[in-house]
Amino acid sequence: MSAWSQFIAIVKRDLLLEWRARELVLGMLVMTLLTLLIFNFAFDLSGVQRAASGSGALWVAIVFATLLGWGRAVVLDRQEGAWEGLLLSPVERPVIFIAKLVSMLVFVTIVELVALLVLAVLFALPVLQPGVLVVVGLGTLGLCTLGTLFAAMTANVRSREVLLPALLFPLAVPVVIGAVRATTLELNGFTGDAAPWKSLLGGFAALFFALGALTFGSVTEE
Amino acid sequence: MATVKNTVRRPATAAWLSVLAALSFLSVALSVVLIFLYAPRDVDQGEVQRLFYLHLPAAWLAYLSFFIIFVSSILYLVRGHARWDRLARSAAELGFIFTTVVLLTGSIWGRPIWGTWWTWDARLTTTLILWFIYLGYFLLRAYVADPERGARYAAVLGIVGFVDIPIIHMSVRWWRTLHPQPIVVRSEGPAMPPEMLVTMIVTLVAFCILYVFLLAVKYRIETTRDEVMELRGTLEQYG
Amino acid sequence: MTTQVDRNDATQLGHDPVLTARALTKRYGWRTVLNRIDLTVHAGECLAILGPNGAGKTTLLRLLVGLVRPTSGSIEWFGRPAGDFGPAVRAQLGVVMHRIMLDPELTVAENLRYYARLYGVIDAAERIRALGEELGLTDRLSDRVRSLSRGFQQRAALARALLHRPRVLLLDEPDTGLDIASRIRLVDLVERFCADGGTVLMTTHAPELAIQLAQRAIYLERGRIVWSARGRDELDLHLRIQPRLVTV
Repeated sequence: MSAWSQFIAIVKRDLLLEWRARELVLGMLVMTLLTLLIFNFAFDLSGVQRAASGSGALWVAIVFATLLGWGRAVVLDRQEGAWEGLLLSPVERPVIFIAKLVSMLVFVTIVELVALLVLAVLFALPVLQPGVLVVVGLGTLGLCTLGTLFAAMTANVRSREVLLPALLFPLAVPVVIGAVRATTLELNGFTGDAAPWKSLLGGFAALFFALGALTFGSVTEE
Repeated sequence: MATVKNTVRRPATAAWLSVLAALSFLSVALSVVLIFLYAPRDVDQGEVQRLFYLHLPAAWLAYLSFFIIFVSSILYLVRGHARWDRLARSAAELGFIFTTVVLLTGSIWGRPIWGTWWTWDARLTTTLILWFIYLGYFLLRAYVADPERGARYAAVLGIVGFVDIPIIHMSVRWWRTLHPQPIVVRSEGPAMPPEMLVTMIVTLVAFCILYVFLLAVKYRIETTRDEVMELRGTLEQYG
Repeated sequence: MTTQVDRNDATQLGHDPVLTARALTKRYGWRTVLNRIDLTVHAGECLAILGPNGAGKTTLLRLLVGLVRPTSGSIEWFGRPAGDFGPAVRAQLGVVMHRIMLDPELTVAENLRYYARLYGVIDAAERIRALGEELGLTDRLSDRVRSLSRGFQQRAALARALLHRPRVLLLDEPDTGLDIASRIRLVDLVERFCADGGTVLMTTHAPELAIQLAQRAIYLERGRIVWSARGRDELDLHLRIQPRLVTV
């Protein structure tokens, strides 16, 4: 029972469950598209300034979608005590952390691809270029590392729907700032200027990946 | 972690605590005298500049508190002794209060100078986010039913939060410097006259002594609280 | 103030202790759920944990398997250092609790294959087939767990618990809500497990189950071991004297 085969088993199971129920991805997708729609009426997503407002709208949509996703994922995972079954098995806690992170990344990536398509088609934003995709990837990674840790922490806590964002939002500020700035710069063609932001996002993701994996064990015991 | 040590020992009556109390009272009194009678009136900013003498030490203590939370949290997760959690709880309460003071003094001090109640200055913004992290820290403890579990979760938050603070500050600073500011915020003048410098240092030291005193008192209160809970538990069992 | 009886009278079976719990305490704030429990279990023992609702039976089990952290006290499994609930320990425990710990949206077979990979069971397919036969699940292996009755769900949970050939089986009120057929299979299975040298810890409300399966029993009340019995006769005696066990 290598850590790798356990990791694959958990991710496969998460993906299979989602394929059967299709709750998470659809829910996040609806949330994302509605957010983009509302943003279009709140700010001008098709005007001259649309690179800035477009990337802002994109990242707000991603943040809210991941929040919703984590809230649901954590509940779905704990049906019939399946989560405890996982905890009782001989899987090391960091492996569970990484597996949950990867599963969520898969779901969020699917949602983001659709969102990017919508931005490209409906708002004529050049989002489907490598620079933007890299930023989206790094930003999502940062959000999800924090999300995995705190979603597990707040899973069985009162007022989880309020507590998770209350904990996550302040901590995720660097990701939001960095991702929005970098996306705007990339959309406007200033790839060089976006580089420091990308390093920030990458460093953030790496740091909290490590911290998350280390502290996940403390968060999974009752 | 083999055994969890959650027993409470009665804190000894501390003569040193009374000494500390007297010392903090005297030093704060001294700094008040210096702030209002010794330090000169600022040429540009007027009387309101005196708030700065409170603002800077409060900021220092707000961040120091979080550092204490950080260290205690690591020790709590590694060693498991309740005393580290008590220290974190005490530092958190003080830290939250001082963070609020920083935000309030910053705002009031800034109003006549900048014309607005708030500016997204890098340091002030980071302190605002710190305030929200503190808030999250208390909410987490409040909502988790089991105190031991709450302590453990809070410790994780304390560690993650503290590591995040410099990153938050960096990202906010880059965000602000890449956006031209209509108002340039200077929290220190080009060269502080020696009287101001002395007042600043004395106030800083005074507040540090006050902080240690308050932390010690708060820690003792938390110890007593834990003790009461243990006694109540024992009573419940045999009642 | 009640005293704990029969603490370390453990020489009977002559094996090394599989589990040693010392002064195990769990408190939630000021509420004490378990109070200084001392327990030693030897290989091959079948121990019944009895007691009224709220006595702390389930909490005790959850502490022993590492799902909940004790407030104080220590737990040693298989002679390993106290508090070690690492993979080596968990791989040897099979746990059945009130919740079946299976994904309702997956089939029985899918669930078992998943756990087989988590536990590193080499002959997974064969093992699943064999357990399916033993537990009468063969026809239901491709059914979603959601569609099964409580009895069949519990059988599937048992299959999950036994998949990796654990040394110790821990059951939390396994007979609750079971139909007769499932109950019979449960008893059979536990008996066979014990006969093969496995260790069993079982909490139960039903004294008959305890008498049928257990060689040892402890009675928990308000977080403390009030009495313990060794051997069927002693157990029978205690249960006849103990009126409260009947009121559930």
